[in-house]
Amino acid sequence: MTMRSAAAPKMEPDMLSEPEATPELAGSHGLSAEEYDTILKIMGRTPSFTELGIFSVMWSEHCSYKSSRIHLKKLPTAAPWVIQGPGENAGVIDIGDGQAAVFKMESHNHPSYIEPYQGAATGVGGIMRDVFTMGARPIANMNALRFGDPAHPKTRSLVSGVIAGIAGYGNCMGVPTVGGETNFHKSYNGNILVNAMTVGLVDQDKIYYARGAGVGQPVVYVGSKTGRDGIHGATMASAEFDNDSADQRPTVQVGDPFVEKLLLEACLELMEKDAIICIQDMGAAGLTSSSVEIADKGGIGVHLDLDRVPMREPGMSPYEIMLSESQERMLMILKPGREDEARAIFEKWDLDFAVIGITTADRRLKLSMHGRVWCDMPVPPLVDQAPVYDRPCAKLEKPAPLAPIPEETDMLDALVKLLSCPDLSSKRWIWEQYDSLVRGETVSGPGIAGTQASKPADAAIVRIPGKDKALAVTTDCTPRYCHADPFEGAKQAVAESWRNLCAAGATPLAITNNLNFGNPQKPDIMAQFVAAIDGIAVACRALDYPVISGNVSLHNETNSEAIFPTPAIGGVGVMADWKTACSLAVENSGLTLMLIGGGGTHLGQSLYLREILGREDGTPPAVDLEREKRHGLFIRNMIATGHITACHDLSDGGLLVALAEMLMAGNTGATLQTGGDAAFWFGEDQGRYAIATKAPETLEEEAKKRGIPAHILGLSGGDSLKFSSGAGILVNNLIYENERWLPACMEGNA
Amino acid sequence: MKAAIIVFPGTNREPDMTQALHRAGIVDTTLVWHKDNDLKGADLIVLPGGFSYGDYLRCGAMAAQSPVMKDVVAQAKRGVRVLGVCNGFQILVESGLLPGALLRNRSLKFICKQVHLKTETSGSAFTAALTQGQVIRVPVAHGEGNYFAAPETLRAMEDQDRIAFRYCDADGAVTDAANPNGSIGNIAGILNENRNVLGMMPHPENATQDHQGTLSGLPVFESLMKALS
Repeated sequence: MTMRSAAAPKMEPDMLSEPEATPELAGSHGLSAEEYDTILKIMGRTPSFTELGIFSVMWSEHCSYKSSRIHLKKLPTAAPWVIQGPGENAGVIDIGDGQAAVFKMESHNHPSYIEPYQGAATGVGGIMRDVFTMGARPIANMNALRFGDPAHPKTRSLVSGVIAGIAGYGNCMGVPTVGGETNFHKSYNGNILVNAMTVGLVDQDKIYYARGAGVGQPVVYVGSKTGRDGIHGATMASAEFDNDSADQRPTVQVGDPFVEKLLLEACLELMEKDAIICIQDMGAAGLTSSSVEIADKGGIGVHLDLDRVPMREPGMSPYEIMLSESQERMLMILKPGREDEARAIFEKWDLDFAVIGITTADRRLKLSMHGRVWCDMPVPPLVDQAPVYDRPCAKLEKPAPLAPIPEETDMLDALVKLLSCPDLSSKRWIWEQYDSLVRGETVSGPGIAGTQASKPADAAIVRIPGKDKALAVTTDCTPRYCHADPFEGAKQAVAESWRNLCAAGATPLAITNNLNFGNPQKPDIMAQFVAAIDGIAVACRALDYPVISGNVSLHNETNSEAIFPTPAIGGVGVMADWKTACSLAVENSGLTLMLIGGGGTHLGQSLYLREILGREDGTPPAVDLEREKRHGLFIRNMIATGHITACHDLSDGGLLVALAEMLMAGNTGATLQTGGDAAFWFGEDQGRYAIATKAPETLEEEAKKRGIPAHILGLSGGDSLKFSSGAGILVNNLIYENERWLPACMEGNA
Repeated sequence: MKAAIIVFPGTNREPDMTQALHRAGIVDTTLVWHKDNDLKGADLIVLPGGFSYGDYLRCGAMAAQSPVMKDVVAQAKRGVRVLGVCNGFQILVESGLLPGALLRNRSLKFICKQVHLKTETSGSAFTAALTQGQVIRVPVAHGEGNYFAAPETLRAMEDQDRIAFRYCDADGAVTDAANPNGSIGNIAGILNENRNVLGMMPHPENATQDHQGTLSGLPVFESLMKALS
């Protein structure tokens, strides 16, 4: 069938002798003694070295979700518009006109810390592959990044490597990186978080799945050759770090975005031809997880002839081939007889194409090489009998209420400090390295003032080619809330993403999540995880906003110090016409600025508390989900009927920060008539929006009808943000303060 | 009137270019795969942006050796209009159709942002709908857009009115602060001697649609539409 066998180097059989499996060897593969006992029972004999390796990756936390699985079941995953929920390469939702959006978020935390450029690049490459494996063309990339204290000696090099890696991969693929969020906190000093999200577009009759393979069908390998990189990456990502983690650099994969671009085009071209039965990308645990997934989901077996696998170097063992995480590879099951047609497409794109095996009825994974069988194991137990742990949870302490805070504050002074603090500072240094415009459909991209795309907004907005319709995308999480109270914090992350989509004028449809936590074997970490799942579940149910895909990243600890719990939420919404997208920029004079949702009262866990008063105490703001929904629907309605000119959700920094951002975005001033204390201007109470309108009376009236608080704050105009007391600051100065910090930090001058 | 948009492995701004040409009324566009040597009958050849061959070796160097480029050079010599944007400009330089070189940005980083361009000449099929000195606002998105040419080459280009665009500020002042990549003389785009080949780093095609918020780049394509009809 292929020429590979003949060309493969002839090995002396004893050159390929494998070590014998022992409990110690199993231990060094990250398997517990009980897990190894189960393996012995399943096999009825001592496994071969290759079989042991396959068990170890399939049963790693990364692939098996063994600590999280029983809790993830609690998440709501259904809605009439959900076409595919969790369990496939990515989730799929109906966006009308026979089209669907395919999306998922995934972490590449551990590799990005060890080797920032390649770790982040291959994270982006991996998530795009998940999306185009399903037949969808990626149309937008997003990310959610957490770095350590800016003053920590490693932070700057991690930031510059990660950003260059994300940019290097996404730009070359021609997929716009349209937004994201970046936070800094010392809890990430030893474990940064790199969560990447891709949104793709597909016709509903052209969606491909990993399921559906039958017996007697060719197993086809396409893409890059297999090398020795990334071996045991999934196992590395399932353990915590210590001082020697840099030694793990060889477990990080090396990306080639050019090959992935070719793979994308070749796959989409073949998918037009209806020759593929099912397809699975080779991500974590490479050829192992892809072949096991396809076999398990199809209820079949797979027999692979590893001599036929395209290899980058001679002398690779079956163990190395099966565990390699070389990037830019796909495994597919073709309709028998369509091999030549498929081969011609991959040859056109200069990619490897090899028929490496056949599907069988015996439900076994059988691997041959050099005339020997190296692995012959049942498939179902690899999945069904993967360990599932209901790990012990500690009881979470509710945080103490906020201790009294000093009264007197200069509001403008505090505003300037907040706008120039690491979390709120302009991230221009980051996003100007991302091509957010390629493909020509970006309506709203990253940033607030001086943006690449025309309309700064609370969500990224990408038009669907050839239509008026557009998708809105956002990523959100406030880790300091989650640390103080994982349940409320996770609820808030979902609510904020929903609110951002509403503020942009979109109808929120569904989320993906990326659950980043510490070591699940510690009861207090497990308690955080379980509470966060509960919080997400409650919010998703209340807001009709199901979870359709996601990823869990545990063991984000170094020397026993865990990160803040960080359940990052990626939300997607749709709008019928991009022209109704709502900007956050106040661009004209004479607009009335209003606060919808009530005055601020809550300073516990606020950014004001941390940046101005140097404290991180109190409870996070609670989310009243019924109120959240009512306010959001009102905002959407008022945007759709043209009553709102600009809209911005209230989150980090509260009302005054939101107003300042709206003015900076439009480079317009305003005079505020309202007075208030620090909690009024900087409180982070939820379910609120700042808006600019030409029709304040209508808005007040409509809000009153629905029992929603609406306050007039002032009028836009001039070049300064002014209080009626006379105090003021030039908007240009606010922009300067907002832009100042990150470039200076990266130059080492912050 | 027919436009051929050439697609190399790694090209990625062909949809943007198609959109722009269509908006200007050039509706007969074909994507031509670089291995298919079929430029017969094309009145306009476009080399769009992207990362041909992954930018390996040198941006545009490998694409310049692609079979289709022999034909592009031949057609350009015959007077067919050739537009190269971003990676397309890099390929035109590597293939010898335009002089100079494109170096790494002086920041050493990829940069995507809106810039202002001053139209230096309206004397070409690409710029006739613009007036000399007119400022347009279009984005750049590149890592290697720092134009360089030897002094005598620069002098010749200036004497022959072959500088098409320079980076400038919103008021049209050609300043160092307005130069996004360190290009010599703020040069953003140049013409060949016969004025039928334009190479430019910025992306006028990304400023041609209503949803892009500006139609500032459209005159480039309208100029072509007029010249070719």
